[in-house]
Amino acid sequence: MKTFKLGGVHPKGNKLSSDKAIKAIGLPKTATISLIQSLGAPPEPVVAKGDKVKVGQLIAKGNAFISSNIHASVSGTVSKIEDTLEASGYRKKCIVIDVEGDEWLETIDKKPNIKLEIQLKKEEIIAKIKEAGIVGLGGATFPTQVKLMIPEGKKAECLIINGVECEPYLTSDHRIMLERGEELIVGVRILMKAIGVDKAFIGIENNKADAIKYLSKLAKNNLGITVVPLKVKYPQGGEKQLIKAITNREVPSGKLPIEVGCVVQNVGTAIAVYEAVQKNKPLFERVVTVTGKSVKNPCNLLARIGTPISMLIEEAGGIPEDTQKVINGGPMMGKSINSIDIYVVKGMSGLLMMPEKESKRVTPSNCIRCAQCTFICPMGLNPYLISQMTETQNEAMAEKERVMDCMECGSCSYTCPAARPLLDNIRVAKNKVGQIIRTRAK
Amino acid sequence: MANLLTISGSPHIQSDNTTKKIMWGVVTALVPTMLVSFWYFGLSAIILTLTSVAACVLFEYLVTKYLLKQASTITDGSAVITGILLALNVPSNLPVWMLIIGALVAIGVAKMTYGGLGKNPFNPALVGRVFMLISFPVNMTSWPLPMVNRTVLADAITGPTSLGIIKEGIAKGDTVDKLMSHVPNYLDMLIGNMGGSLGEVSAIAIIIGGLFMLFRKIITWHIPFTFILTVFLFTGILYYADPTKYIDPVFHLLAGGLMLGAIFMATDMVTSPMSKSGMLVFGFGCGILTVLIRVWGAYPEGVSFAILIMNALVPLINKGFKSKKFGEVIKNG
Ligand code: SF4
Ligand code: SF4
Repeated sequence: MKTFKLGGVHPKGNKLSSDKAIKAIGLPKTATISLIQSLGAPPEPVVAKGDKVKVGQLIAKGNAFISSNIHASVSGTVSKIEDTLEASGYRKKCIVIDVEGDEWLETIDKKPNIKLEIQLKKEEIIAKIKEAGIVGLGGATFPTQVKLMIPEGKKAECLIINGVECEPYLTSDHRIMLERGEELIVGVRILMKAIGVDKAFIGIENNKADAIKYLSKLAKNNLGITVVPLKVKYPQGGEKQLIKAITNREVPSGKLPIEVGCVVQNVGTAIAVYEAVQKNKPLFERVVTVTGKSVKNPCNLLARIGTPISMLIEEAGGIPEDTQKVINGGPMMGKSINSIDIYVVKGMSGLLMMPEKESKRVTPSNCIRCAQCTFICPMGLNPYLISQMTETQNEAMAEKERVMDCMECGSCSYTCPAARPLLDNIRVAKNKVGQIIRTRAK
Repeated sequence: MANLLTISGSPHIQSDNTTKKIMWGVVTALVPTMLVSFWYFGLSAIILTLTSVAACVLFEYLVTKYLLKQASTITDGSAVITGILLALNVPSNLPVWMLIIGALVAIGVAKMTYGGLGKNPFNPALVGRVFMLISFPVNMTSWPLPMVNRTVLADAITGPTSLGIIKEGIAKGDTVDKLMSHVPNYLDMLIGNMGGSLGEVSAIAIIIGGLFMLFRKIITWHIPFTFILTVFLFTGILYYADPTKYIDPVFHLLAGGLMLGAIFMATDMVTSPMSKSGMLVFGFGCGILTVLIRVWGAYPEGVSFAILIMNALVPLINKGFKSKKFGEVIKNG
């Protein structure tokens, strides 16, 4: 079975909610929709206080090249547009809508049938995806249309669909593959058409045998789509690692996947693409895994963007007594949040509640030069060395040590027997080196 | 739920591997070798081992508490390892006070002056041993034969090690053939029935410990394998060239401290290179130097010096031999 070669770790899976079917939770009383939901420039609001909106209506427009539209996830009246604490941990501009009923735009096809035939042409598909505000739903939230526009002089050879979900605890992609496989396959075909390739690979780790089996069966009738079972190893969901695992190609340092002819999209994104292109439905809801060892009822919830996360936590049985840390995402790459008064955003793949004893860091001791961090770094870096360079403020060396290649997967800090805060230090170095590179460019 | 949530950078989970686990893992791996030494050398071996461990731990405790004024690090197990290794590197009739001085040099000078575990460039036990070898050359090179004097503490019957016999003999002009009848046969060497330091006697016990560490991923095969292979090939070439002047390679593998050095001392993670290619170079260097010293040097045994010299070269090796980075070699297909 395939996997990437260099480095990697095996954290416990803890997939507590993998057999819980996706459940749509009810509408909130108000939806607080952040304008910071994708990488790139934040979009400009196109509604004002007092405006009536319908579900799916454009409320903020992304004007820059790397920017993404945002749509109303509920129907009702815009009550405020103001700075509010949101998922990033900062106060950022949000559009608040008081919910009245659930009135969808007439253009959205709400019929449950699966539309197989793809009518739109390549350019029309990309335009549609841009219009629908689709971003990478694996957590990176890069605007999808940008990834689909193949730069001049490059050629896409294959599409890779990321169904790896290597983060412990998270199960939303797993459930999507099981419950919405047919739509997923159509989504994959649409994406293939958009980048003009006749080959697509769906990479799934073999701890999801049911999804592998089901999608392989579906893929049989679709020429060019292959399901590739992968050996479980973190961080296989990293783009470069997934490409390596499936095609054995290595994306060169500092370059994008298209350099080796690949475009990678997440399974959730493929479903969103299906809905946008076939059903005219913009991206205004997503599946969120709500989980944790003390959580009563770990589950996978379909929630509208802007729903308060307290509603999701309530649905999972309320916040456990011993919770000391809440994480937006998984335990390896997710961000710990400072308050549970925040709202669902497009990039929220999970909410993980960690008990007190697990949320404390171990006190670091001396590096014992065991070299474990260098063995497991999937980018082949020397985390102990870069970390030292941060401590001695030697940015020039850190750049030579290719600190910018670090994907912040966390494997080094996870592994270090001396509990060194390796990734913390590496982040500092990345920041400084990034600044140096930017000033140099100017 | 707590009123204030904890915030910290990812990752939010930690593997259950700790420094303590690694160090106590090494101690566990040393158990078979210690048992063999207790079996062959009896009470004196037990006393030496206990003294050495106690002295190392005590010195580390005192230094951290009174000189560095830091939290004590003795529970991490590394001082225990140094203590055991130090004891395994001396003859069973060594006066206890000499060993205590060795422990002071190992912990006080070779380890703590640099800042403790992880910061020392040289393997502390080896520094301690070499210090004793230079300071007390007579006591450090007269080896009681095993089994003979398990219960007697002093005035044991002593003799040189097999390497010593051969080296002296060759210097006097004897042929290897003749000398070989004075040294133990390979089976005795394998199970440890020969003269030598406490821990140098049984290759099998040491290999068992090594396999345990490999299994627990405390060490990788790179250093011990290349070290031993290099010694084997180098002495093999010499033997092939002139079997009357040079001993055969199997003898070199089983005699002296090669196994102990290659498996337990050269693999010390603190003082060995950080990349796998660097480890190969390190092992190779150790092997070459060991043979050079054994065959042409002043001492019959060269493992300790070889490892210490290579320890000194580790920063250079680390510079020259870095791990392969992702996307460095662009290959498509
Ligand atoms: S966080 Fe960066 S340095 Fe650490 S293992 Fe991942 S890629 Fe390597
Ligand atoms: S894993 Fe930790 S202790 Fe080991 S070399 Fe890296 S930083 Fe040092």
